[in-house]
Amino acid sequence: MKFRSLLLGALGAVVCVTGVAVSKAAYSAEQFIPMLVYRTGPYAPSGIPVANGFRDYYTLVNKRDGGINGVKIVFEECETKYNTKQGVECYEKLKNKGPTGASLVNPYSTGITYQLIPKSAVDGVPILSMGYGRTSAADGRVFKWVFNFPATYWSQASAFVKYVGRQEGGMANLKGKKIVHLYHNSAYGKEANPTLETLAKKYGFKLTLIAVDHPGQEQKAQWLQIRRKKPHWIFMSGWGVMNQVAIKEAAGINYPMDHFVGNWWSGSDADVVPAGAGSKGYKSATFHGAGAGWGVHEDIVKHIYGGDAAKAQENKMGEVLYNRGMVNAMFGVEAIRTAMKKYGNKSMTGAQVRWGLENLNVNEARLSELGMKGFTQPVKVSCSDHETSGPVMFQQWDGSKWSFASIWVPPMRDVVRPMIEKDAANYAKENKITPRKC
Amino acid sequence: MEFLNAVFVAPFLDIADSPVFFAEVVIGGLMSGVMYSLVALGFVLIFKASGVFNYAQGAMVLFAALTLVGLMEHGAPLWLGLLVTLGVMVALAYAIERFMLRKLVNQEGIILFMATIGLNFVLEGVGQIAFGSDVKRLDVGLPDKSFEWKGILLNTFDLSATFIGAVMVTSLALFFQYTPTGRALRAVADDHQAALSVGIPLKTIWVIVWSVAGAVALVAGIMWGAKAGVQFSLVLIALKALPVLILGGFTSVPGAIVGGLIIGVGEKVAEVYWGPVFGGAIESWFAYMLALAFLLFRPQGLFGEKIIERV
Repeated sequence: MKFRSLLLGALGAVVCVTGVAVSKAAYSAEQFIPMLVYRTGPYAPSGIPVANGFRDYYTLVNKRDGGINGVKIVFEECETKYNTKQGVECYEKLKNKGPTGASLVNPYSTGITYQLIPKSAVDGVPILSMGYGRTSAADGRVFKWVFNFPATYWSQASAFVKYVGRQEGGMANLKGKKIVHLYHNSAYGKEANPTLETLAKKYGFKLTLIAVDHPGQEQKAQWLQIRRKKPHWIFMSGWGVMNQVAIKEAAGINYPMDHFVGNWWSGSDADVVPAGAGSKGYKSATFHGAGAGWGVHEDIVKHIYGGDAAKAQENKMGEVLYNRGMVNAMFGVEAIRTAMKKYGNKSMTGAQVRWGLENLNVNEARLSELGMKGFTQPVKVSCSDHETSGPVMFQQWDGSKWSFASIWVPPMRDVVRPMIEKDAANYAKENKITPRKC
Repeated sequence: MEFLNAVFVAPFLDIADSPVFFAEVVIGGLMSGVMYSLVALGFVLIFKASGVFNYAQGAMVLFAALTLVGLMEHGAPLWLGLLVTLGVMVALAYAIERFMLRKLVNQEGIILFMATIGLNFVLEGVGQIAFGSDVKRLDVGLPDKSFEWKGILLNTFDLSATFIGAVMVTSLALFFQYTPTGRALRAVADDHQAALSVGIPLKTIWVIVWSVAGAVALVAGIMWGAKAGVQFSLVLIALKALPVLILGGFTSVPGAIVGGLIIGVGEKVAEVYWGPVFGGAIESWFAYMLALAFLLFRPQGLFGEKIIERV
């Protein structure tokens, strides 16, 4: 009896151990990436194409390449409704999933990013807030776990001023010009203000800051002020319905649309819908192409939609925000690939992916291999520079599609970088962080 | 000192200096006010007739607008789309009475309020499942051109919305005041059981009032949807109606329109002349401040009924 019990116990132990080992072995070839999405709520029209872009790119890597160096990408969506509290809950829910926990997190909200910054270092999960979030996180000496390449809000604002200078025939001609910054009254919307104020002093243009409260459906008071001030240019940091109403109001007061420029969160396909023909000529910043004419899109149609391009377009393929999600997913995947070069082709931990992000070098040749040559610009991250000061492109709506309307405009790094370092140093002091030596 | 000047002197000098611009701000406020009133009307109708604060009014606006634009996207002409959408809103009213309100006759107001919270989630979800979450352009053929009149910029769409709003408010005020159904609606609002005891068909009255609120939601959805596109954020316009209701009173149709106009003008004037002093975007909270200031003097709102209860 005793022997039988012992035998059964031993057998049970073997089954348990091997079972665990087997399941461990199955999971060791998977890389988990959490997806914080907002497919419902007031910002869903923006959130859906972004989420689809991420999903399709991860699926493409799995189907076309068999994962990242043979390691399958596993992802799980969590609905945030673009709500900071729900976003943090999603992060907490997903951070320990998968064999090595979350590889990295893309919060897709400046508010959520701010909340996750202190958590990322503790949990060992790097944040990739691509073109949003806290601008001074670009200083990698202080913000070891946060990356915001290819450019920040501040760099974008400086590129906008440079673009306006070029349009006006030289930076000297900015003197006396009137520029309005119409912004979402939130942490995100206010990000560009310090840069614009600094540049207004430097170049002598008159800056007026006009805030719009969430969600931005009613902007009559703001546009009455704009009509009265008669600005030469308007720069907008909006999101969701605020963009759509602003473009419609601008058309309503007959403002010259080619002098109305949104930031890269104010230039999606949905933004120009309500104004119809009135939105023709509207511009916005971007750091990647619009449309579905690149090699990567061909691959997505072929490998995910079985050659059915119409079905891919139903899923928003080629829309500005779909492409944004896709390029964001690509940077994440390339960071994991970079980490694998050092640590081997297995599931990477958050710390290893952080190293991959910090040593990421997506050059022209690599973009070409990925079917993204000309679609976006190369990125080379370093220990001290998590932004890379990537150039900014300005696109224009012609009534039916977005097209590039400028050359790539480099930001004013000489102006922006000292501001970033100053803000990062203040953050380090407040939070008792000793900056790394890079 | 500089701050005091910016608050108490500079705005008034500015108004005196540019009276035409001030007139433009006031007219803009009046037009926005009519749009707020359209949303507030839906709340008032249901509260007046059933004592329920309908949390789902914003969702009804979205649902009606989504239905209309969805039908038009499938090739229905505007007149057919409007008819079918009205039919859908009547069917919705019937379903609400049959499956929600009938079970809750004579329950506390808070119970009915919570039921409307549930209804809100159902309508939001069903609307998005059926018609998607994309921003949809709604063009109902109303002219949308800007023109200057004595230096004031006006918009034909805003003028049309004002006219439609005024017609709706007048019709509803007359309906409530002078028709037997209107009087029955008011009786139901006062006391469900007493109304039943004198032979007022409670179920029919509820279906009627929710149908009318559905029709008002459709008009509000068309006006707001044409401005900002038909999308989920239409639900949030209910927030714009709350200060209007506080100010105008929850039970008064004319109160909804007068409250809307006061809030519309007040918030626009405040935003344009005092907004820069406080960092901008003050109109949302200013509307509530204004409503609260009125409440200090008239707790039932400008036109609300004074509630006297035996304790």
